[in-house]
Amino acid sequence: MSREKITPDITQKETVKISEISEENILDCLQCSKCTAGCPAIHGMDILPHQVIRLLQLGQVDKLLNSETIWSCASCFTCASRCPRDVDISKLMEALRLMVIRVKGSNKLKVEKIPKLLQKNMPQQGIVSGFRKYVK
Amino acid sequence: MNYSYYPGCTLKTKARDLEESALNSAQALGVNLVEQEEWQCCGAVYPLASDEIATKLSSVRSLVAAHEKGEKLVTLCSACHQVIKRVNHDMKTKEDIRDKVNNYLQLKEDYQGESKVIHYLELLRDDIGFEALAKKVKVSLEGRKIAAYYGCLLLRPKEIMEFDDPERPTVLEDFLECLGANVINYPYKTECCGGYLSIDKEKVVQKMVNNIISSALEQGAKEIVTACPLCKYNLENSSLYNKEDISISYFTELLAEALDVDVKED
Ligand code: SF4
Ligand code: SF4
Repeated sequence: MSREKITPDITQKETVKISEISEENILDCLQCSKCTAGCPAIHGMDILPHQVIRLLQLGQVDKLLNSETIWSCASCFTCASRCPRDVDISKLMEALRLMVIRVKGSNKLKVEKIPKLLQKNMPQQGIVSGFRKYVK
Repeated sequence: MNYSYYPGCTLKTKARDLEESALNSAQALGVNLVEQEEWQCCGAVYPLASDEIATKLSSVRSLVAAHEKGEKLVTLCSACHQVIKRVNHDMKTKEDIRDKVNNYLQLKEDYQGESKVIHYLELLRDDIGFEALAKKVKVSLEGRKIAAYYGCLLLRPKEIMEFDDPERPTVLEDFLECLGANVINYPYKTECCGGYLSIDKEKVVQKMVNNIISSALEQGAKEIVTACPLCKYNLENSSLYNKEDISISYFTELLAEALDVDVKED
């Protein structure tokens, strides 16, 4: 088996945009995986939270934009609150979601679903929060 | 004592129990919560993107209104609290946001995050005091096995919410103890209920709420209290939830009960 150290390249367009939107420094992450250990939603994720950062460091943004992970993050802030390097993954997840939905016609929340949700007794707060997946 | 009060949309609709029990209890405690005029929906999620301005404006309008009256701004819904408190922090600490928002709103005076935002629980703990509250209890909750559920939004991020220890909070337990309850401790009290994922990720949420309910049940809890309408909704949708085994209510409903205050039934 060969092992290599990879120097992250954070100069490509998408990575710069994600850094701007989130104001997070992906180079701060030391890959300890504490974020993944505490994340309550990993059973809905195809890429784990610490792997999200690694892929960002490696410039593989496409994999993230097409992942289930960014839509399964509950924005619970547990990762950020436990990270020893003060990386806030919830902000990176938001930046990734926005990279998808800010493109015209790409909203993840389908407004047609809302009347049904209202019948289900879903509190307004839940529906309004769901607009995190709808571009404003 | 006069406070500005921000209700938010859920308290006027699906979570009327939360508002009514809170307002009636406040009255019994000699606290005057005056609903703000023309408040607007806070958006329910704090805009995590640094380049969003429009979604912060409604919070700032409420913050400014409270500042003009010289009153603290009291919130009840965990989501509203999180949004308004974090936006206020931005107005205090982020020059670019402050400038853009002030330019847009054209206020008489620039707003720089002067208002103090407190959650109803902080009003009870810090302004009234749990000792004083305990003295007003008419119907003790003695013997009732109650578990506190915090969720995420009141606690995290700690540096901004400044609410309690995010890993080992005690405010809800202290509150329940002063009402006479038998407080049940359990490991999942600060774990996320899934929040807005219930809109399109019900299966993911099921597992999250089941962890919480089974953890509380295992420790012998018969009741769970929460401050958040969406937490309550998600917990009640757990396949392990069964009214006979465990009931879920707002902390203010127990407060009203202990103070022997009437709350209208729907
Ligand atoms: S907890 Fe922080 S440092 Fe550790 S892997 Fe996660 S983001 Fe990186
Ligand atoms: S904010 Fe998202 S990634 Fe972080 S712990 Fe919560 S669900 Fe997991």
